[in-house]
Amino acid sequence: MSNAAFSSVSVSQGVSPVSSTPAVSVQDLRKSFGALEVLKGVSLEAREGDVISILGASGSGKSTMLRCINMLEVPDSGEIKISGEAIRLKPTRRGMEPADQSQVDRIRSRVAMVFQSFNLWSHMTILENVIEAPVHVQKRPKSECIAEAEALLEKVGIFDKRNQYPSHLSGGQQQRAAIARALAMRPQVMLFDEPTSALDPELVGEVLRVMRSLAEEGRTMLVVTHEMGFARDVSNRVIFLHQGMVEEQGTPAEVFGAPKSERFKQFISSHR
Amino acid sequence: MQQVSYFELIGFGPNGWGWSLLIATGMTLAVALCGFLAGSVVGTLVAWAKLSRNVAARSLADGYTTILRGIPDLLVIYLFYFGGSAALSAIGSLFGAEGFIGVPAFVTGALAIGIVSGAYQAEVFRGAYQVVGRGEIEAARSVGMHRWLMFRRIIAPQVLRYAIPGLGNTWQLVLKESALISVTGLVELLRQSHIAAGSTRRPFDFYITAAVLYLAITWVSTYLFQRAETHSMRGMRRAS
Amino acid sequence: MDFAFMRDTFLQLMTGVPLTLNLAFTSVAFGAVFAMLLALMRMSNVRVLDGIARTYVFVFRGTPLLVQIFLIYYGLGQFRPVLQEWGLWSFFREPYWCAVLALTLNTAAYASEIFRGGLQAVPHQQVEAARACGMSGFLLFRRIIFPIALRQALPAYGSEIILMVKATSLASIITMMEITGLAAKLISQTFRAVEVFIVAGAIYLVLNFVITRIIMAVEWWLSPHLRRPPAIEPKLEAAHV
Repeated sequence: MSNAAFSSVSVSQGVSPVSSTPAVSVQDLRKSFGALEVLKGVSLEAREGDVISILGASGSGKSTMLRCINMLEVPDSGEIKISGEAIRLKPTRRGMEPADQSQVDRIRSRVAMVFQSFNLWSHMTILENVIEAPVHVQKRPKSECIAEAEALLEKVGIFDKRNQYPSHLSGGQQQRAAIARALAMRPQVMLFDEPTSALDPELVGEVLRVMRSLAEEGRTMLVVTHEMGFARDVSNRVIFLHQGMVEEQGTPAEVFGAPKSERFKQFISSHR
Repeated sequence: MQQVSYFELIGFGPNGWGWSLLIATGMTLAVALCGFLAGSVVGTLVAWAKLSRNVAARSLADGYTTILRGIPDLLVIYLFYFGGSAALSAIGSLFGAEGFIGVPAFVTGALAIGIVSGAYQAEVFRGAYQVVGRGEIEAARSVGMHRWLMFRRIIAPQVLRYAIPGLGNTWQLVLKESALISVTGLVELLRQSHIAAGSTRRPFDFYITAAVLYLAITWVSTYLFQRAETHSMRGMRRAS
Repeated sequence: MDFAFMRDTFLQLMTGVPLTLNLAFTSVAFGAVFAMLLALMRMSNVRVLDGIARTYVFVFRGTPLLVQIFLIYYGLGQFRPVLQEWGLWSFFREPYWCAVLALTLNTAAYASEIFRGGLQAVPHQQVEAARACGMSGFLLFRRIIFPIALRQALPAYGSEIILMVKATSLASIITMMEITGLAAKLISQTFRAVEVFIVAGAIYLVLNFVITRIIMAVEWWLSPHLRRPPAIEPKLEAAHV
């Protein structure tokens, strides 16, 4: 993997980057679970405003890579930089661990994550879910957080559900609430870990619509997904992982138009 | 005055209380075991009543378990000890006997434990019965088994198998409860320790010994119940 | 049945209710704090702490409460000179404090297992979501793990509180005149075991019924997320008009 590949992509997207520091930079990421090597040296760079779709079969390491970016999994080696700030790791008896938990907490509050299974806190209302991190982690004034949270819930279309509990909402509504919760932290980067995979087919559309509007706002998004339509139409870059390595990458036009990798061709044809 | 060492005190020598403590431990086991078995009989009847279609039997059984679970065991022991003696004295006076006739402490103790643990065992049996597959009971009926035969050959063995873990817990409760019988004067482990503590003025040494002996019984019975559980679950698919 | 006698008995036994409740709630309160500590030790992944807590739970659940009470009240008398030297004798001389201590140590062993179960039942994903928001350490415990664990553990903990109310009766054996102590005194004076039993039993049943109801109310109040949603979203704006 050469850096030339990245620069060519950045150039081809035709947008001049706001700053020269990438929002997310991942260098040579490796991660094993026991004897199983899940990531075998993955690198990736996201500039501000990039929407990157990460594709791959199950077990290809795409979720693990995403979870490494905010340290839900700690990589065995490699470097992760958020807005140029490298997350410091230290070796321990049990493997690598973050050297400074407060640094991790600070970075996590700038990198929001949306999970496959929503993971809303069951004991809090939707509004309480959304204001929890801004109030208690970022220590912003509560009234300001509530006003902002209500605006966000309005935006994702579930303002009327704000005083209900997660278990009272449909899957699509819960995922939109989880997106609002992520947005409430005013994140620099948003990570989506298969956000529509746990939803009934008829509920996928409403979540994808919200994600598309976020992309149009120019938010930096890394999306692990199986939605080919989203990857093709919304993202400006596509990465295909296979067995822990980047197998194919480029703009949607490049990779879907003229895939170089035989495995990616097979993958597309099986995910129509 | 030379202090007798701890091991001399609880040993089997001339100054030792070893034999008394061992016999008392036997008494604890005996009264707990009798109480537990009495509780099994009560528990089976109550579980049967709870599962019956008869509303009166069901509410009577529910009332019994609610009451016994809501009041202290010590109160039940007092009722049996003093109440039993009062009843016996009243009957005695009918036949011309005079004064107070005490019910043997062993009998009141075992009965009280039986009544209390019966309430717990009823829940255990009821729960276990509900796990036994409807299909197996229907199968038994379809091959022409009568109620009693079906109970003996199909239901009872299966209920017992599912009830073993719950019965293990109840047994531990019963064992600890048996210490309360000491208030009626039955010389079981705690009472014997109390007596020895009083006569030697070494209460800590004897109560800690009693605690160790109780722990040993708990430990051994946990092991035995686990063995019984694995044994009874042979041929069952493991839920893992 | 002699109703006049039963009324007198009732009035006398009622004077024991405050002490019964006092013993129960003091030891439940202290015991809960201790139990939480034990549960965290069990889950600490530090082998020494885990081993200590495990042994503690095994010993206190494996021996009768009455033995524990006797060990503290009578047994520690064997070390009276030492305790006097340390200024602890005035504490261990009092049957009230001995009973509270024994009940506290006992309930802590049982409750720690209940708390541990509750903590283990906290869905891993919800903890992960909190971590992803930058929560860790005490903030994560206070805002997410503890509230969820509490709701999981409450039904079992409610039963433990009832068991403690029943267990306070053992304090009567070391001279505390709570309900059972008064009942035993009345029985030995009047030999009317059945009547006294009925009255004392009824008092305990009512106490436990009320406590059960309170716990159920707390449970209901703490778990709106398990109830059906409100049929119509209440119009909060209307209140401002």
